[in-house]
Amino acid sequence: MSSTIRVRAVASGGTTVVQALINHPMDSGFVKNSKGKLIPPHYIEVLTFEHAGKKVFTAFWGPAVSKDPYIKFTFKGGAKGDDLKISWVDNLGKHDSLTAKLVG
Amino acid sequence: MFHSRLRAAALLAGMLGAMVLAQAPARAAPAPNPEADRLAFQAYFRKNYPAVKNSDWGNGPYALNAGMRKQWEAIMQFPPYEFALAAGEKEFNRKFANGRSYADCFPNKGIGIRQNYPYFDTKTGEVVTLGIAINRCRVANGEKPLGYKKGLLAAIETYMAHTSRGKPFDIKVPNDPRALAAYEAGKKFFYSRRGQLNFSCASCHVQKAGHRLRGDILAPALGIMAAFPIYRSKWGEMGTIQWRFVGCNKQVRSVPFKPQSKIYRDLEYFLSYMSNGVPITGPGARP
Amino acid sequence: MHAPTTTRRFTLSLLATSCLATTGLLAMPRAAFAFDAPGWPAAAFSKKTEADAIAALYGQKLTASDKIRLEAPDIAENGAVVPVSVSTTLPNVTRISLMASHNPFTLAADYVLPAGTEPAVACRLKMAKTSDVIAIVESNGKIYGARKSVKVTLGGCGG
Repeated sequence: MSSTIRVRAVASGGTTVVQALINHPMDSGFVKNSKGKLIPPHYIEVLTFEHAGKKVFTAFWGPAVSKDPYIKFTFKGGAKGDDLKISWVDNLGKHDSLTAKLVG
Repeated sequence: MFHSRLRAAALLAGMLGAMVLAQAPARAAPAPNPEADRLAFQAYFRKNYPAVKNSDWGNGPYALNAGMRKQWEAIMQFPPYEFALAAGEKEFNRKFANGRSYADCFPNKGIGIRQNYPYFDTKTGEVVTLGIAINRCRVANGEKPLGYKKGLLAAIETYMAHTSRGKPFDIKVPNDPRALAAYEAGKKFFYSRRGQLNFSCASCHVQKAGHRLRGDILAPALGIMAAFPIYRSKWGEMGTIQWRFVGCNKQVRSVPFKPQSKIYRDLEYFLSYMSNGVPITGPGARP
Repeated sequence: MHAPTTTRRFTLSLLATSCLATTGLLAMPRAAFAFDAPGWPAAAFSKKTEADAIAALYGQKLTASDKIRLEAPDIAENGAVVPVSVSTTLPNVTRISLMASHNPFTLAADYVLPAGTEPAVACRLKMAKTSDVIAIVESNGKIYGARKSVKVTLGGCGG
């Protein structure tokens, strides 16, 4: 099974621009399936990014974040080859994480 | 004097008109001329949307509406089809049980060839879409065929389109009566009204391209094939043009055909031919 | 012996269910047994109005600010995927939150920015209907807001 996380983190001129996409249904709990039954809520609650052992970004998400969610932010520091650890946990306790390298 | 002359002229015109009408059914249908059709088709779009560059026709409604284009550009910063692209590449490079792979089934090992599909197979006498070719490859190598709307087949198409970006559509209609018949069948379907709403494909995608249908901007038929397969937000996943045909037919309240049925293959053949010269932009992202 | 207990439990659970139903809590996105990740502001995410969500998340009043740049479309091409971005020139920003005023639950996303992370974020949100997107920025411990109306229309092609 390939990772649910795809990330692009580019370090240049002393800052790192991070973009990530996560493969997740982000079911709101308000949408019905083809049989007319509500699809139970299932969404990521917490997404964190750590660089050099320090949290650089935390997202708290609810059911109003789109399916296969996207996030973009920028932090100061970071150099090509550094590790960036991305982790998420959802409302059902499912989780995934990935350590990616910053690119130059 | 004056009046009687006018009356005579009107009478003459009426008689001539009646003669033309009477003769019309007796005239033979003009021979199919795909290239003349294509030139007229493209001239219509280029005349009505002079600001759109050739390379932009494959971007569908985004070529025609600035507000939507901005949202699309934001989506394209990290497009949601990336998961399908990765899955498709992995599958494409997988070895079948017999040691062969998809690359062995296609010209140029399957790379950069999406713009040549569909093609007319003169051996079997039918239109072969990329989806059909992928399943033929699987079956020939002892693998089960895949569903034609989404999933793994759409993912493989995603990868194959991605390797073909920028290559202009180059569909051939060979001088074979069966190929010309398939082309004509696709053309007829495209321009025929159907369903409770009594729309043809052309009603929306030629006559009203770029206009709003409630909240949506209608995509121009020129280049409409270039972006497929697409990640459609409404689907929340990747899908093929064949799936979209089913959806379009349902939306005009007509009974859809099966994906990859003969008529849908012929339609894809006609539409792709109309876009000859427009570069592949797929995989795409659409609302 | 056991039968009355079972009946009583059953009655209680029925009562509980009807209470939940009448207060609309059954429509909550979080099932009773749901797991809540540590730190996740559950109370704020359960609020149905802007004022309640702001109160739950920040416990203070919002001041409008022209130093916040909120980008969102005038007309969403699909309410399920609305690209939104926020950036600000306000100093010492520690948090940026996004709300959709007419969603079933107002708070959509809440971002915590440690020192060194720039006060700018982009994401994609779902909007149930035409309403305002509200960006809230916490700067020097105070909260500032900007809003933009986004029209969410029904799709013609199967929406």
